[in-house]
Order: sequence, then C-alpha cells, then structure tokens
Amino acid sequence: MSSYGSSNSSNNTTITPQGAPNRRNTELFLLIFAVMVPVFAYANVGLAMDGSLPAGMLGYGCGMGGLALVAHLVMRRFAPYADPLMLPLATLLNGLGLVMIWRLDKAGPLIPKNYPAASNQLMWSGLGVALFLGVLVLLKDHRILQRYTYISMAVALVLLAAPAFFPSRPEDFGAKIWIHLGGFSIQPGEFAKIILTVFFSGYLMVKRDALALASRRFMGLYLPRGRDLGPIIVIWILSILILVFETDLGSSLLFFGLFVVMLYVATERTSWIIFGLLMSAVGAVVVASFEPHVKIRVNAWLDPMAAFGPHPPAGATEQIGQSLFAFGSGGVMGTGLGQGRSWLILFATKSDFILGSFGEELGLAGLMAIFLIYGLLVQRGLRTAVAARDPFGKLLAVGLSSAFAIQVFVVAGGVTGLIPLTGMTMPFMAQGGSSVVANWALVAVLLKISDTARRPAPEPAPSPDAEATQIVRA
Amino acid sequence: MSELTLTVMRLGFLAVLWLFVIVAVQVIRSDLFGTRVTQRAARRTAAPGSSQAARQQSARPQPQQQSRQRRGAPTQLVVVQGSLAGTTVALQGQTITLGRAHDSTIVLDDDYASSRHARIYPDQSGQWIVEDLGSTNGTYLDRQRLTAPAPLQPGMPIRIGRTVIELRK
Repeated sequence: MSSYGSSNSSNNTTITPQGAPNRRNTELFLLIFAVMVPVFAYANVGLAMDGSLPAGMLGYGCGMGGLALVAHLVMRRFAPYADPLMLPLATLLNGLGLVMIWRLDKAGPLIPKNYPAASNQLMWSGLGVALFLGVLVLLKDHRILQRYTYISMAVALVLLAAPAFFPSRPEDFGAKIWIHLGGFSIQPGEFAKIILTVFFSGYLMVKRDALALASRRFMGLYLPRGRDLGPIIVIWILSILILVFETDLGSSLLFFGLFVVMLYVATERTSWIIFGLLMSAVGAVVVASFEPHVKIRVNAWLDPMAAFGPHPPAGATEQIGQSLFAFGSGGVMGTGLGQGRSWLILFATKSDFILGSFGEELGLAGLMAIFLIYGLLVQRGLRTAVAARDPFGKLLAVGLSSAFAIQVFVVAGGVTGLIPLTGMTMPFMAQGGSSVVANWALVAVLLKISDTARRPAPEPAPSPDAEATQIVRA
Repeated sequence: MSELTLTVMRLGFLAVLWLFVIVAVQVIRSDLFGTRVTQRAARRTAAPGSSQAARQQSARPQPQQQSRQRRGAPTQLVVVQGSLAGTTVALQGQTITLGRAHDSTIVLDDDYASSRHARIYPDQSGQWIVEDLGSTNGTYLDRQRLTAPAPLQPGMPIRIGRTVIELRK
C-alpha cells in the first residue's frame, strides 16, 4: 500500500489520503481462477454426459484464457489503476454461461427447437471482448462522453424505436425488440441502456441543483417543480410507449428504474423515489389492464401452475412453472453439471431461462454463488462511483451499475417467480449476442471510470512550510 | 463415470465456485482505500475519521531529525480538554496552526474557535511562542487573554473556546 502526503507525526491521529495501489497482479491471479472455474465446469459436463473429457477442452480453455489474457494485458497498458475485480467476475460469468449453453446444446432433441448455439455465443463473446478492448483503448477519458449528452439521447431514442419499424418474426414471441439484418438479429435495447445512461448522467449533472433545491415542501415531501418534472414525465411516457408498441416489459422497467435511481442519486431527494414508484405502479397497472401480452405475464406470475391444471385458462403459459420445477429438481446442492433434467424447461432455455438450468444443476448453493458474483460486480461499480471525483463519472458509474443490477433483478426475479416474467437476458450468461457485447462495453466504461478514480492524485506542489504540513483531526 | 466421481465433482465445483466468491471478497477487503488513520494514544476510541474503510495502524517510527531541539524542550503538544482531548502532535520545529479551517494543523471542532484562531511556533532560540491570530473569542494563556505573542512553557494551559492545549516534554 502506498501512501502519499507527508506525515511526520508519531503519536496522533494522522489522516493521509491514500491512493489505491495498482492491482493488476491481483487481477491476473483472479483471472486465472476465473478461467479455471468454467474449464472445470466444462470437464464436469463432458464427464457427466459422455463419460470422457470433452475433446474441445484444451481449445476452449486456451481460447477463453487467451481472450482474458489479452484483455488483461490491455488493461495493464490502458487502465493500470482500474478495479481488479470486474474483469475476472465478468469473465467467470461469461464462461459459465458458455458452458451451460454448450451443455444445453448437448441435450439435443430433448429440448424442442434446439440448435447448437455455443460456438455462436463464443464468437459473440469474442466480439464483446473486442469491443471491451476498443472502449479501453479509444475512450481516453470518460468525461469525453459528457459532450455527447443530447446526441446520446437522440441515439438512444432511435435505437429504442427502431425495432417497432422492422417486421417481427414469429419466433420473437410477441416482443418487438429485435432488428433482423440478414442472418443477424440485434437487440438495440441492450446498447440503448448504456447510451441512455450517458444522457441521464450528463443531463442530471447539469440539472441536479434545480431538481434538488427548487422544490416545494408538501406533507413532509419535497415536491419538484413542474418544469423540472418534465424529463421524468417524458421518460415515463417513453417507457410506457416501449411497453405498448414493443410489448417489452423488461426494457421499460429497466429504463424507468434506471432513471429513478439516477434522479435519487443526483438529488438525494426521497420524494423522487416515491414519485417514481407511484408512476411506475400506475403505468404498470394501466398497461396490464389493456395490453393482453402483459396481462398474460401478470396472470402467469400470480398463478404459475394454472397452465398445468385440467382447465388451463386461455393464454396460460407454462414457462414460470417449468422453471420452478427446475429449481425444485435441483434442490440445495443441485443435480450436478450435465446431470439435470434440462428438458424440464422447454422455452428459451439458453437465454431468459438459463438461470433455471443453473438452479437445477448447481442447486441453491450454486445459484447463490452466481448471484453473489453479480452482486460483487455491481458493488465494484458502485464503489467506483464513490471513488470517482467528478460528478459526471459518479452518475455514470451509478447508472451503469444500477442498470446492470436492475437487469439481473428483473430476470432473476422473473425466473424465480418473484415478479412478473419479462423478456430480458441475464447479463453475460444468457445466449444473445447483443447482450454479451453490450455488457462487455458497459464493464469497459466502468473500468475506465475506475481507472481515473483510483489513479493517485499528483503530488501536491511543495509549499513553503511543506515539512510542517499535516492534517490532524479527530 | 462412476457415481462417486460425479458426486465429488458436483460438490467440488460448488466448493470452487464459492472459493472464488470468497477470494473475490478478500480482494475487496484488501482493496479498501481512501484515508489512512494512524492511531493515537487516545481516550476517545470512536474517532469520526476511523470509519470501516480506514485502516487502524500503529504509530509509525519517527523519521524526522530532531533538529534545533534543546534538551528539556517540549516534545509534544497535547489537547487536554475539549472534543479533541487526547490528540497529540509531535513538536519538530514546525509551526502549528489551530482553528476550524481545514488546513489547520489541529482542526478544532469547537463552536467557539475561529477558523484561523492561533498558532504556536518556535522562535530563533527554540522557545515556543503562542500567538493569537485575531480570533473572535480570544486565546487564553493561564486565564490571561493574549494580546501579543507570548512565550510558552511546558504545562501552561492554552484555552481556545472549550479546548485546552498544553505543551509537554
């Protein structure tokens, strides 16, 4: 641990600012660990399903290790002071997701509409790491993003609105959130998440004082002025519109939650949270009562077993029930990788419901570990926000980690039956190119902020009485 | 594969996963940074600065040379009363400023202190002098309000608001 700031006292309380040391070696160690765990999982699946080590084990391990090593070396060069935990955590989650997708590929015809997706996902992960490296190298300073506040708002709106204008395909399951280009399908909402956060940070950094201070006190709550309320109304309407036209409950929940969190962080006013919760509740109830797609989701959440009864109501879906069966089949310790009854889940096994397979094969113990890993990643993001010195960086770090956290909560809550199921991907784990790529970019921006925040401040200029300078306080 | 191997692998994998989580948490623990609080010999245990993030460290060895210090000269300044009671500052020939300003040597958390209240410094001969810096409520040396810089002997109480400070050998 290095300390700077002179301290020449012996027997008193001396508080010296202490910069975070460069933690790249710790990162390397954790990264090796994070690559070994999925390789172990891979071997485990092979032994369980084929009785032998999988043929691709060496190549897979080397490929993943190589990607991680390149990322690590670039970090050493371009973000030397960045947080040591985020890269290993993201690598581990991505690796576990890849193993699980490969394992579900191997289930073959047991799962309907099963097609090999692991190699594709590996390619997307590679692309994600490439974008991660691109952000690290090209984004010299996160404050540059501040210049593009309103441009990013426009870009985010275009990205969000775009899927509504593209023809949807039957395999989209009612949600219009994809753009199909040739053989690819892109989910622009995943990228809009990051870009919209940039807008929120830039906007709130400028308007935070107006939002926080120009308010009237009413019944113990600080009510914001009408003109300051404008943006929150716009975002609210926007998220409702996404909900109505694209029937994408998850994204609207994510964007609205994100905005409320960022408003609260920027203004420190509890009234915004109460306001936001009220508005989201009103919006959800209104939309749920009109939009049949959303109504089905809510009904399935209230009674997940209805579809298995003798007289299933119209539109009842078995999805939540199936994932609950999978969790139940796993128990506390799980069935073991490659030994679960993966055909319990018949729908979106590799994307939205991949947690169900993890819950079955790793059990409650494994699932809790996975949630903790997500939690640690979010914690590191929030810690970055605490450490960041500029308000824009603080808000951006809070926004990105909250977006990540809300997404994990929305998916995990939906799959476990805590909240109505919404179509979203589990960051890093679930199959889905856009999601993996966007989340790697998100982690890269967080790391860049963290690098700036943890970089030791330059030595203060020597003052005439430099030797006497010490800060003593109780 | 035998049932036993698979069971061992199943539990082993969970153990490895949890080990990773534990190692990651350990890294966070060792990664705490912010401010370093060097412990003092104090009666007050819960100093506001010693948050969880701060690491308690024992006193570091004194690296400075003992220049210009005469035999029998005071070696430390001790806060005897007030919210900072127990704080000590080693005297090494430097000027000590007292006040509520953040850059003071001793930041007084005292409602009756001015932001730049007083200073204590050695003159050419090494004699410690206390000087009031035009404070609102005054600096008292042995119940006498200071009007001019006055020489300071060990054991003489300096009162600033509710805080009492004295030099010790």
